[in-house]
Amino acid sequence: MKFTVLVDVRLRSGIADPAGATIERALPALGYEGVSGVSVGKTIRFTIEAADEQQAISHSEDLCDSFLTNPVIEDAEVTVVPGVDDL
Amino acid sequence: MSGVVGIVVFPGSNCEMDCVESVSHLGGEGRLLWHGDEDLGGVDAVIVPGGFAHGDYLRPGAIARFSPVMTAVTRFAAAGGPVVGICNGFQILTEAGLLPGALQKNRGLKFLCQPSMIRVETSDSSLTSRASTGDELSIPINHFEGNYTCDDETLARLNDEDRVVLRYVDNPNGSVDDIAGVCNEGRNVVGLMPHPERACNDLLGSSDGSVLLGSLLDLVA
Repeated sequence: MKFTVLVDVRLRSGIADPAGATIERALPALGYEGVSGVSVGKTIRFTIEAADEQQAISHSEDLCDSFLTNPVIEDAEVTVVPGVDDL
Repeated sequence: MSGVVGIVVFPGSNCEMDCVESVSHLGGEGRLLWHGDEDLGGVDAVIVPGGFAHGDYLRPGAIARFSPVMTAVTRFAAAGGPVVGICNGFQILTEAGLLPGALQKNRGLKFLCQPSMIRVETSDSSLTSRASTGDELSIPINHFEGNYTCDDETLARLNDEDRVVLRYVDNPNGSVDDIAGVCNEGRNVVGLMPHPERACNDLLGSSDGSVLLGSLLDLVA
């Protein structure tokens, strides 16, 4: 079975986010007030073959831990849906 | 007979010839090793040089650590062999788990390419035996992701175990505790963001890097 996976990679709390801070500082100059908590991460999408959803989740989480994220500085949230979707 | 320093070349490395030149200038022999090699060919020490291994895609060092040569480098390091990671090489060694912590984007989001004053914090490492604690060296930096970071527990451990090898005199990139270089528990694996191979000849503006690479060569002579 094919599953579509979306991995949302974020900096762990407490890790400095210079890109997010720079965007946040720039917003008032562009006329956008009241925006806070800006953080910059990345998303990675792929499809994976697995016997069932549970296996798709566990394989994707393994992939995240060993390669897609650096656990020293990053956390990831994994979303898995059956089929080939446009997450 | 002079010692042989293996210098690992990944697709996208760009400082390997500077390393070969500086090692030979200091009386050793630099030998290039390809990232696809499964053994180190009997070299006495290893330098993982700077550049953009595998294009730095995903994260600097994230793909490089899966190159076949890194299994051999890890085995060599575990046996006590001296391994030095410079700049991108430091990033690769942290991704490979040979050194703690990670290198983040610089504070200020600027690529920094400039001379930098570096203070030696311990002479007990494979890269600093010729130096004395407190020595200040002028060595260039050239990086975008050189902002060393680690959790509080790791930082306390690095300090307690005297494993911060080098600190910036004027922190240019936001690194935690001004850290420019660290070593592993065995003190044989050292990573640093500054480029000593670019400061081994007065013609280049500084020869202070010879103290560091000369220390490495002392181990393999």
